[in-house]
Amino acid sequence: MKRKETIWTAGILLVLLVLCVVLDASLPSYHIAVKVVEKASVYALVAVSMNLLNGFTGLFSLGQAGFMLLGAYAYGVLTIPVDKRPSVYQYFDGGAIQFSLPEAFSGFLGEGAGTVAGMLAALLVGGLLAALFAFLIGLPVLRLKSDYLAIATLGFAEILKAFFQWNALGPITNGSNLLKSYPVFSHPTAYVVLAGILIAFIVLLINSTYGRAFMAIRDDEVAAEAMGINLARHKRMAFIISSFFAGVGGGMLAMYMGTIAAAPFKSAMTYEILLIVVIGGIGSITGSVLASFLYILSSEWLLRGLDSGSFLGINAPGLFKNGFRMAVFSVIIMIVVLFFRKGIMGDKELPDLFRRQSRRERPEKGGAGNG
Amino acid sequence: MKKLFALLLTLAMVLSLAACGGNSGSGSNGGGASAPADGGSGDKVVKIGVFEPQTGDNGAGGKQEILGMQYANTIQPTVDIGGETYEVQLEIVDNRTTAENGPSAAAELMNRGVSIVLGSYGSGVSIAGGKVFQEAGVPAIGVTCTNPQVTSDYDCYFRICFLDPFQGTVLANYAKEMGVDTAYTLAMLGSDYDQGLVHYFTEAFQALGGTVVNEDFPEGSANFVSYINNAKSAGAGVIFAPVSTNYAQLIIEAAAAQGFEGSLLGSDTWDNNKVLESTQGKSVKVDITTFYQESGSDFDTGIKEWINANADAKTNNGGNDMISAVTAMGYDAYFTALEAIKAAGSADPNAVKLALPGVSYTGVSGLIEFDDIGDAKRDAAYIKAANTSTGAWDFVKVQGVG
Amino acid sequence: MLPYLINGVSVGGQYALIAIGYTLVYGILRLINFAHGDVFMVAGLLMVYSTASMPMYAALPLVLIATVILGFCIERAAYKPLRTAPRMSVMISAIGVSYLIQNLAFYLTGGVPQPVVNPIPWISENVMIFGESTKRVTLVTPVLTILLVAGLVYLINHTRIGLAMRAAAKDFETAQLMGIKINSVISFTFVIGSFLAAVGAMLYFTNYPSVAITSGGMPGLKAFVAAVFGGIGSIPGAVVGAFVIGLCEEIIKGIGLTTFSDAFTFALLIVVLCVKPTGLFGEKVTDKV
Repeated sequence: MKRKETIWTAGILLVLLVLCVVLDASLPSYHIAVKVVEKASVYALVAVSMNLLNGFTGLFSLGQAGFMLLGAYAYGVLTIPVDKRPSVYQYFDGGAIQFSLPEAFSGFLGEGAGTVAGMLAALLVGGLLAALFAFLIGLPVLRLKSDYLAIATLGFAEILKAFFQWNALGPITNGSNLLKSYPVFSHPTAYVVLAGILIAFIVLLINSTYGRAFMAIRDDEVAAEAMGINLARHKRMAFIISSFFAGVGGGMLAMYMGTIAAAPFKSAMTYEILLIVVIGGIGSITGSVLASFLYILSSEWLLRGLDSGSFLGINAPGLFKNGFRMAVFSVIIMIVVLFFRKGIMGDKELPDLFRRQSRRERPEKGGAGNG
Repeated sequence: MKKLFALLLTLAMVLSLAACGGNSGSGSNGGGASAPADGGSGDKVVKIGVFEPQTGDNGAGGKQEILGMQYANTIQPTVDIGGETYEVQLEIVDNRTTAENGPSAAAELMNRGVSIVLGSYGSGVSIAGGKVFQEAGVPAIGVTCTNPQVTSDYDCYFRICFLDPFQGTVLANYAKEMGVDTAYTLAMLGSDYDQGLVHYFTEAFQALGGTVVNEDFPEGSANFVSYINNAKSAGAGVIFAPVSTNYAQLIIEAAAAQGFEGSLLGSDTWDNNKVLESTQGKSVKVDITTFYQESGSDFDTGIKEWINANADAKTNNGGNDMISAVTAMGYDAYFTALEAIKAAGSADPNAVKLALPGVSYTGVSGLIEFDDIGDAKRDAAYIKAANTSTGAWDFVKVQGVG
Repeated sequence: MLPYLINGVSVGGQYALIAIGYTLVYGILRLINFAHGDVFMVAGLLMVYSTASMPMYAALPLVLIATVILGFCIERAAYKPLRTAPRMSVMISAIGVSYLIQNLAFYLTGGVPQPVVNPIPWISENVMIFGESTKRVTLVTPVLTILLVAGLVYLINHTRIGLAMRAAAKDFETAQLMGIKINSVISFTFVIGSFLAAVGAMLYFTNYPSVAITSGGMPGLKAFVAAVFGGIGSIPGAVVGAFVIGLCEEIIKGIGLTTFSDAFTFALLIVVLCVKPTGLFGEKVTDKV
């Protein structure tokens, strides 16, 4: 049985990957479908990282946008080409940092490979920076109970935003002005693959002894402690790891957006991701990935008609006007929250779908997110 | 078996990553969409994309800008290309004011196969959308985005309005002429428009020998009383606040309540009915720079008639028929686009892009011509003052940087 | 200095009226009602629409009633079905409601801030105090806040429903066993919270020219911080916390650190949570999870 599930799962992932490559090859880079795949991959990664914390460890944190902000800025600051810096940092004399990782790597790896290596390194630095901040902020706030933790992390994200917009830090962060002109992945497959690999790492982590410890903490803290699990250490670890992936996700979102400013990384973004996790099912990686794609696909593309007059051939400019799309969405979300609390997947994963007598038994290899 | 699969999968992923990432960063130019504007069905249509905010902080301004284009579209609904008459269709997409919604809104426009794009109100979202236009090879005309970076980064981006360095300097000169030595500036954190203008204003004002006190407020602020008090205690003669319409109203309100005696200087965003309304009956002095001054011309009477006859348009204009500068600019942008399409003799985006630099068109806001970077050659701005008793803008003068 | 203090007290009064809604609900349900800030925003919108279409003496009571109904409905529709669900589910539901209200308001207003046209003329006139010009509402707000809070404290300490609320806050299950109709107590709590938020909205938005969809978010969060600072569950605590935060915020702007006027509030929150989670006046509550 096990082997059959693995083959099916791997098969589906491969088919999706091939589909993505075909899409990549056949559509121009500015096509809306391409934008959807790119944004959805990023959201999938961030949603899974949030799920790791909220769904698998039971820590209710709302600091996701703050960690993404760190990742995005780290990526931008480290990758803007040196000759573009004077124009980007136009109000800050070209900025304080005068090197760029992709260019530095190109020096000894060659143009193409060096650029990619530099970009990946910058993403990694973004993740590590987010992890470092998670460690620091985690020292005081992880002792807090559920809702206090939520509000404290939310506040932390707001504080970060103010610092990044502060003109005194302008030579690094460019103050309130946009960071741009940095290199980006020009193919959706790159987003999908990178997000897929990172999600696969999270899946491996969840299936390890650490993952089981996280879930034990979620299910019953007292019992978990009695079993010899170090609560503080494991909570901190889950928090740091989740923030790391949120940071990398932030860097990838920066690539998608093409410009970086602190303003988009507000609490509304965290809520959006949280609701994606809820729709997908709290405690299901596959669910988060699936929900991200569904959500982005419909909000960015399929349901755009709801905002602009006609939808499914129904022409009603009076009803279908600005904001109707989001109103419909939020109604759906409330229905899910109130009546389908398990979301799309509950706590099941992709391989579980191929199992006849699906009972509560953890899958060996979860559904890594693939477009 | 399982491990082998995992390994193979990872390998496949890494390989494809390397293959895809290889040419990233080199900013591939997609070489242009292939004239999708004909629709292929024989009904001759040229599509003009409208990339404007209809919601969010700049929603009100964006809607007024769209009004100008829609009115222009009713005046001139067709264009002659190569001896054939094409119907012009406006494709309006909401970019929701913010940069993170820019790329997908822009992609949606590309999806609809537009020949040229007009917009946006607000520079940040224009820069974010510009990347997509650049990839698709579709030209864009910035209507009232005044940040220099919009056109300097993308060769597909043109613009018909003046720029921040110009506007900031004009206002600094004007403040100095009023005999003010200390200026207080107020900008929103995280708004590159505000911060950019403040930067240029400060530079110019200090060069003229004045002192400037800079302060920022966080997004979502509603209470500006303390800021006005700060300005008063700094001894400022003017408050320069190039903020979006909503905050402008709040600042006027607070300045009136605190009895600030100097002048409030505003930028082009202040040229808005709502701002004007909030000055009515209050003891405040408001001076702004803008692109256009109502003068009772054919355009003025025509568009007023159209707005009054059209309930939706009137709502979008803020409930009256006062013409904002952005509306006039939207009108001019539409005709500039038509000129370019005519000059190109085709609806193909690439051809239009090549034709744009050569366009010369005299619009209601003045002569429109582009320089090497794609910016409008403009050397004068209108300065207007709010008349707090009649509730209209009083024309003050035309000012250059000289 | 004086203008900053006057303004700070006024801002504090507005936060206080919102903070009470948070603290009451948290006291009984142990729930951060994320939608409370949005209820406040809706009250502002209602005021805009109603004062535009009818005389003031009819419009203002209507705003109060409509807001109270909204608060009641939110509780019945979104929180009551989840009474036995894990705390996280209820909180997600609260965030969902907040999202829903914002998006619906966005749809109905077309996403454009709605102008406030002098709804209550008397309180938005300018007055002079100690030689400084300010609006009358700045002076009315703290006084009205104190009066309302005094009334509320009386209600809680000296009436039967107040007794029931105190009992429910002390111990949810036992209160139920004692024959207290827990659902009506909770509904009543939401009614009071929404009522005060509506009063707060009237005072807050008469000062400002427009109500935006996001207008509720920041005051809501700050009021929550005030409630935590004062000791969540404690009404005097929430009021004192709100005045302290209002004053601090304006003083911070006054000394030129305007960039951090919002960030300060959240820094204060984190410090309070880590150093003294029970706040200024909070009792040590046993966690009922």
